[in-house]
Amino acid sequence: MPDMPEIPEKLANTLDALSMVPDRSERIQLLIDIAGKFQDVAPEVATRPFPEESRVPACESEAFVWARPRPDGLLDFHFAVENPQGISAKAMAVILKDNLSGQPLDQVAAVPQDVVYQVFGKELSMGKSMGLMSMVGMVAALAKRAQEPRTSRT
Amino acid sequence: MSEIESRGYSRPDALVSTDWVADHLNDPAVRLVESNEDPLLYPSGHIPGAVEVDWTRDLNDPLRRDYLGREGFQSLMRRIGVQPDTTIVLYGDKNNWWATYALWVFRLFGHENAKIMDGGRIKWVKEGRTMTTDVPTYSESNYQARERDDKKIRAFRDEVLKHLDSKGSLIDVRSPDEYTGKKLHMPEYPNEGALRGGHIPGAANIPWARAVNPDDGTFKTAEELRGLYEGEAKLKKDDDVIVYCRIGERSSHTWFVLTHLLGYPKVRNYDGSWTEWGNLVGVPIER
Repeated sequence: MPDMPEIPEKLANTLDALSMVPDRSERIQLLIDIAGKFQDVAPEVATRPFPEESRVPACESEAFVWARPRPDGLLDFHFAVENPQGISAKAMAVILKDNLSGQPLDQVAAVPQDVVYQVFGKELSMGKSMGLMSMVGMVAALAKRAQEPRTSRT
Repeated sequence: MSEIESRGYSRPDALVSTDWVADHLNDPAVRLVESNEDPLLYPSGHIPGAVEVDWTRDLNDPLRRDYLGREGFQSLMRRIGVQPDTTIVLYGDKNNWWATYALWVFRLFGHENAKIMDGGRIKWVKEGRTMTTDVPTYSESNYQARERDDKKIRAFRDEVLKHLDSKGSLIDVRSPDEYTGKKLHMPEYPNEGALRGGHIPGAANIPWARAVNPDDGTFKTAEELRGLYEGEAKLKKDDDVIVYCRIGERSSHTWFVLTHLLGYPKVRNYDGSWTEWGNLVGVPIER
């Protein structure tokens, strides 16, 4: 049985850095600062109304995600968050975009959904957890799909 | 007559407008409380003077699946400087979903003087009103809490089973996909935390958010609400009603609507909800 790929080093470093901030208030402030860096999907990638296939399932912040291939065959990820109160979704989008774009596809596909708890801590509602985990799951699913031979895609 | 009074609610004083809140920002008899699902929202900005009540840290028992006890509630009220006669005004994200949840928990301890800011956080923000990141501190009060009373507005699973036997009314406030059980089977995405999908037999499905106007998050008029709950769900005002969702938070919103806006005298929230019912062995399920 082959070894499971590790998560991308860049994401691992970010998670390490977050783990160095155990104080809840400080971590929340850090995540708010990260959310402030959120940039809406560029119009050359997608324009409103966004297609339903790009919608993150179970995300009440109405997040959308797109993957665009780069010349090196890797993917860049782009996000939109339609709920103006979706600040956690924006923070998660920034972390996923900055740390998973251009990373090896097998590693992106292997990112577990529970990294959400390493980012936000465990004091999340089930609904909020599901939405954020679905963002991770959709990015991983897009990476997995990009690795499949073209003929097997439908 | 205020705009809220003109909507025909049984208890219009259960709501206050954003204008009312703006006029009472410095009123020592009023305590603003923000309660959100998203833990980043309050620290990113809130109404001046508002304190945060976090549903996970402040309202739940840290170990058991239950709410805090008398001492925990008393310390919470003391920490946020509330006296028994303080008017608590709750507001929050998700059209006040979490604010009504906090209000329901406050009611378990008999704190009656609590209201909801109509439209919640998003309405205040959209109106361009002042926000701050300053976290206020208030002198600790000497609040004396009562014991929690679960009998009147909270339902447990055995009571739900008896309710089924007596053909009592049930409202499932989840989304239609959760109600039909479809949502349990989405590949590659997390499930609902329940082994079985569907709903409690006989429950009508009125998703909680249908009680609010989507454009500004305010509650619909009494006539519109009656159209939902009496027209579609066939409730009658004197019915014994149990509401539920996944863990009892969305259904506390519907509990608030039925109890305070429509004046239903017998409404209980089954906070075990689908995460309990969908995992119980042998209970009836309908799809």
